[in-house]
Amino acid sequence: MVRLNINGKDHHIDVDPNTPLLWAIRENIGLTGTKYGCGIAQCGACTVHVDGVATRSCSYPVSAAANAKIVTIEGLAQNGILHKVQKAWIEHDVPQCGYCQSGQIMAAVELLKNKPKPTDADIDREMTNICRCGTFQQIRAAIHAAANA
Amino acid sequence: MNFVPKMNRRAFVIGTAAAGGGLALGIPFGGALAQSAVAGDLHEQLTSNELGIWVAIKPDDTVCIRVVRAEMGQGSQTGLAQLIAEELEADWSKVTTEYPTPADNVKRKRAWGNYNSSGSRAIRESHQYVREGGAAARMMLILAAANEWKVPASECTASNSTITHTASGKTTTYGKVAEAAAKLPVPEKPALKNPKDWKIAGKPLKRLDTADKVVGKMMYSIDYTMPGMLSAAIKDCPVFGGKVTSFDAAKVSGMKGVKKVVQVDDKSVAVVADTWWQAKTALKALPIVWDKGSNEKVSSASIAKWLEEGLTAETKFVGNKAGDAAAAISGAAKKVEAIYSYPYQNHACLEPMNATALYTADKCEVWTSSQNGEAAYAAAIAASGLPADKVGVHRLMLGTGFGRRTRSDYVTEAVLIAKQMPGTPIKLLKSREEDMTNGVYHPVTQCKLTGALDKDGNVTGLHMRISGQSILAYARPEAMQAGADPITFQGLNPGGAEGVFGYDIPNLLIDHSMRNPHIPPWFWRGVNNNQNAIYLESFIDEMAHAAGQDPLVFRRKMMAKFPKHLGVLNAVAERVGWDKPAPQGVFRGICQHMGYGSYVAAAAEVSVSGNKVKMHRIVAATNPGHAVNPAQIERQIAGSFVYGLSALFHGGITIKDGAVVETNFDTFGSIRMSEMPKVESIIMPSNDFWGGVGEPTIFVAAPAVLNAIFAATGKRYRTFPLKDQNLQIA
Repeated sequence: MVRLNINGKDHHIDVDPNTPLLWAIRENIGLTGTKYGCGIAQCGACTVHVDGVATRSCSYPVSAAANAKIVTIEGLAQNGILHKVQKAWIEHDVPQCGYCQSGQIMAAVELLKNKPKPTDADIDREMTNICRCGTFQQIRAAIHAAANA
Repeated sequence: MNFVPKMNRRAFVIGTAAAGGGLALGIPFGGALAQSAVAGDLHEQLTSNELGIWVAIKPDDTVCIRVVRAEMGQGSQTGLAQLIAEELEADWSKVTTEYPTPADNVKRKRAWGNYNSSGSRAIRESHQYVREGGAAARMMLILAAANEWKVPASECTASNSTITHTASGKTTTYGKVAEAAAKLPVPEKPALKNPKDWKIAGKPLKRLDTADKVVGKMMYSIDYTMPGMLSAAIKDCPVFGGKVTSFDAAKVSGMKGVKKVVQVDDKSVAVVADTWWQAKTALKALPIVWDKGSNEKVSSASIAKWLEEGLTAETKFVGNKAGDAAAAISGAAKKVEAIYSYPYQNHACLEPMNATALYTADKCEVWTSSQNGEAAYAAAIAASGLPADKVGVHRLMLGTGFGRRTRSDYVTEAVLIAKQMPGTPIKLLKSREEDMTNGVYHPVTQCKLTGALDKDGNVTGLHMRISGQSILAYARPEAMQAGADPITFQGLNPGGAEGVFGYDIPNLLIDHSMRNPHIPPWFWRGVNNNQNAIYLESFIDEMAHAAGQDPLVFRRKMMAKFPKHLGVLNAVAERVGWDKPAPQGVFRGICQHMGYGSYVAAAAEVSVSGNKVKMHRIVAATNPGHAVNPAQIERQIAGSFVYGLSALFHGGITIKDGAVVETNFDTFGSIRMSEMPKVESIIMPSNDFWGGVGEPTIFVAAPAVLNAIFAATGKRYRTFPLKDQNLQIA
């Protein structure tokens, strides 16, 4: 059994310790907002926060997360109030298909935590997730808006 | 045996609405068909108070608009709803959408028409009948109110979901009269508004489906789950055309969670387990012996050699012809010649292909994301072997499509696995590696272009010989015309509404020598317009430079007969400042193309340092005829550069030993934030036709940048992807 603390709640799940955190979250816990895109930490669709650090959960064994506080897209809103990044995403109508956006939002939240007023260069450096629809211009605008919210 | 639970919220909504006094007609068909199909499971619970087929209104004034075209991010769901709401005079804040299943459509003799979202057709091919549906519903609502008030309908008006009798000042809302309106006959061929009077359509409204996407609630096909569901991982023979010889299930059947190892069809094997991760882990450990067939020696090099022979082979497949190109070329003052090639591309939808299927002896249901619900339905019927009225396909959100999800192979495979475990829901998910190496691919072609210039640098002749793969020969052989594939010539046609060759060249020959390697080709965003635009627009640029003329001026001389092509070209030239020098160290390229009924052009500003290309700025213009949602069109334009330039720089599928080499985004790359050029859109609808939006801009993404790279370096790149030539995005 592995104990996982996800979005403030403890879960005890029976999985192989090498199972990627992504699949434990999706299949054992049942939170499907975190997406599978590549399985090799290339695309970032699976990004979650592990002790506050944006982490590509598809390549992170569940055993390494056993004592961590994990936050997924479902846990970003607090008391029913959306995170300012989520609000900015809605305001700027960012998603197209939306499949990558959980990961994009989790990456943006961490960026703003470390750089409350990011420059375009900061955004270029830190926002490395793939979006096949190509929403980057809206993502950039939404991050600046969230920074100024 | 597991029976299907109702996961659908609408079932609950309908139930309560019925109890609250709405019409208790939740299921839109009746009689023996309904009873035989375990009512409600195979069909969507559509809202009652139907006003025709496109609109239903709930007593609480909620406007339910039916959208059958697939939404995969391109915004058609919102755009189609705008068109209907416009004619309906609906309160946009009360609009929701709902989806009649393909089975519903069959039951109603395909009343909702074509479900297919490909070829940028969702709006351009259904605008007329959906707007008429909205207008008819408005007329029914007005008539119902007028009847209640005992006044002529002509004295009543509708606006913002409210009906007003002007003389008496009486008002009512759509929700209050919907039940009565639903009993009225549906007017045929109602008059439509002049787009100049649009208040909802034509406006840059936000999408209807964003809220769930920012909190992780949007349910994509991959997210679907049901009690008792098992997951399957699949492996196809790595060489296309090969087969499974044998596999040793005993080696993995004891692994944790593994429930069954199944042969899916003659080419693939799947492991079914409690979780997908367990299934994938066991599949990796499963010994499989393949019969790789006769294609094991095929490589990108051998394909290229075969296509090269087609550049000079005899052929009768002519796409466009005027005058005598051969004579013009032999008599030219100056001859220009170049050979280009364009590689295979994978769609690389971020959500890999997947479907969930439940098969029992008398019923088969599928939950999946498809660009063409009816095709998925047909695949499920065929694979299940059950009659159509015992099969249902439910739509879930697509994590992009790009053409890949017009093919229903993953539906077929899911059903074939589920058939081997009756009563157990099976979710089949392809790993990224499997999705990339056993997909269907943008086809491979080469092109030899020979141009004739007179002594003044005018183009007197052009021969464009395409050699390579036909999509239709594989995907829709019934659509071939006398053995030829007409869509090979996309954007190069002499006429028609799809994609007209936009230059007046007196002696012209565009022909095709078909060569079909064993790699399965398919429709990929923009389809053959992609390479056709690269070939033609790069070569026009080559001829301009050979003639010593400005590429814009050179084009304009040949475009007098094509004012709409010229319109978008001029628009980007003006916005980018073509007549003024570019910033120091920055170079420009320009191009235009027409496809899927729309006219597009782009200008790129780049600088090149060593092997690094910095794309500073893109200006892109589109004339889609009507611009239903300019905000979403702008996003499709910008996104087309991401998809098209990803393919140009980072993409390309190579073949070795008969199989695909690239397995994931580390070797088949995709543009990221830092590489994204700044894209400025010019949306210039001329309001006299209806063209597509989702694809057209991709045609001009690569050629604009390639022409700018030539301006910067003097080097003409003619084979792709550019990573193979050590050229990268800065």
